[in-house]
Amino acid sequence: MSKKVFSRPRSLKEAVFHYCPGCGHSIAHRLVAEVIDELDIRSRVIGIPPAGCAVLAYNYFDVDMIEAQHGRGPATATGIKRARPDSIVFSYQGDGDLAAIGIAESLHAANRGENITVIFINNACYGMTGGQMAPTTMLQQRTTTTPSGRNNILDGYPVKVSEIFSRLPGVTYLERVTVNSPAGVNKTKKAIKKAFRCQIDGLGFSLIEILSPCPTNWKLSPVDSCKWIDDVMSKEFPLGVFKDNTGAGKKTGEAAP
Amino acid sequence: MNKVLMSGNNIIGEAAIRSGCRFYAGYPITPQNELTEYMAEHMREAPGGVFIQSESEIAAIHMIIGASATGARVMTSSSSPGISLKQEGISSMAACELPGVIVNIMRGGPGLGNIRPAQGDYFQATRGGGHGDYRTIVFGPATCQELADLTMSAYDLADKYRTPVMILADGMMGQMMEPVIFKKPKPRHYNENFILKGAGSGKSKFIRGLILDAIDMEEHNWKLERKYQVIKARETLHEEHRTEDAKLVIVAYGTAARIAKGAIKRLRDNGMQVGLFRPITLWPFPEAELRALSARVKKFLVFEMSTGQMLDDVRLALQGYADIEFHGRPGGVVPTPSELANVIARHYKETGK
Repeated sequence: MSKKVFSRPRSLKEAVFHYCPGCGHSIAHRLVAEVIDELDIRSRVIGIPPAGCAVLAYNYFDVDMIEAQHGRGPATATGIKRARPDSIVFSYQGDGDLAAIGIAESLHAANRGENITVIFINNACYGMTGGQMAPTTMLQQRTTTTPSGRNNILDGYPVKVSEIFSRLPGVTYLERVTVNSPAGVNKTKKAIKKAFRCQIDGLGFSLIEILSPCPTNWKLSPVDSCKWIDDVMSKEFPLGVFKDNTGAGKKTGEAAP
Repeated sequence: MNKVLMSGNNIIGEAAIRSGCRFYAGYPITPQNELTEYMAEHMREAPGGVFIQSESEIAAIHMIIGASATGARVMTSSSSPGISLKQEGISSMAACELPGVIVNIMRGGPGLGNIRPAQGDYFQATRGGGHGDYRTIVFGPATCQELADLTMSAYDLADKYRTPVMILADGMMGQMMEPVIFKKPKPRHYNENFILKGAGSGKSKFIRGLILDAIDMEEHNWKLERKYQVIKARETLHEEHRTEDAKLVIVAYGTAARIAKGAIKRLRDNGMQVGLFRPITLWPFPEAELRALSARVKKFLVFEMSTGQMLDDVRLALQGYADIEFHGRPGGVVPTPSELANVIARHYKETGK
């Protein structure tokens, strides 16, 4: 007798991902969908795709979604969550979206402690537009707009989102993970689950930074891309839990009544 | 219904809350701060009411987009430079067909300009303002009573046509106090199918403005345009004041129209047959109504607190059937009725009685 051990998550549509071979988005999408299924929250999830490679995420996620303009996901998420507090809201953002054009919206949503979840894909470049320098591009990394490599004097330094955001009192849970190995994928799923759980329990802002391979724009094979995350990227962006206040319970208001 | 004395900015806030607005996001900028402050004080008293002081104008408009998508009646407000920042979101609301009310209490521009009353944002408001092929319904209130009434209408039209609606007033309208009666708002009719609340046990929905296929995008543009044509045919509003025997008609809106009324009173007292044509919807512009007037009036004087923006719409409406003069005071200068009366009188004499 046969037993079904692997199937498409209910929260993913029957569609073929358009992502490049070796791209981390497909894995991240699947993990988010699996977590939504396992936590049984699909009925009240509202997701926000970004501008970027994941702009068509509404073609893949079988949950309610509203597309945000570039970088504005956390502002739109704030509007949704405050107007409909029983919904489970996640914003899916890339590094340009979160750490460049939308850093104000992202930082202030975190600072307000909005009870939302941000899935942050850090692939060290602007993927959809053809591999330009992102705020998270590594020093010396070649991109189409840093053809001789990122120069700290001219182009600044990689922006460390998890390090910066974890300092904000509004942030409840923040972890940096990667999807470059089976162990990393499992860890990433656990982190995503914890972040959504944090929201379900009303504990506040959660953000999962995922170091994600972009073989096409890194000009590396998928296997070498996974290796590059281990050898180079995770040295600049160390993995780990940067903030975990989920044990502290719900935040209480401190304003005068 | 009782009359209450309130300032313009506060009236907009009160009318919005009475209309069922339950989500307001805004950022401080003069001369509209009283509206944001009114919402801070009163929005959270309303059941489910949300007030957020956002980190930027951009964040504010995108917050109301999120709230609107979940079915809330929403508002954001600002003044000229802040409205420029909101244009990304206004374009997005038009594309995604999301209702919402945006208030612009105009000040002098361009750039940071100043904080005095001006009407330099007419083009921005009536031509869409942001990128792409779209229009925004724009009201140009001229009294505090209209601020109340048109704010309520703005919510009705925003829902009816699923489109952003703008209240375009200026620092003077925002700051002045007049007695006002808040009418009973109409009950809301909004199709539940357009609301995001999670997929439940059924099919999921999405709201988007991104349409990569050119033919599909073209069809979306034509769909929006057909809607704008219906709005044009059904929702155009204007007022005529003493035009019945007028030989010269002033065309003015908002604060400029109030000044024009003062000037007309003076001129009528001196036997001059002058009247006022006041667009109440700036988009759609009452072009057919203005053209109809040109059958018996051969001279129009456009008066704006700008270098001449509505002037273009008057030219397009009159199509050369009548002479058009212009008087403008941009930059935050508010001319007196007697100054305007002198200008009108000079042109009136040229009509040869």
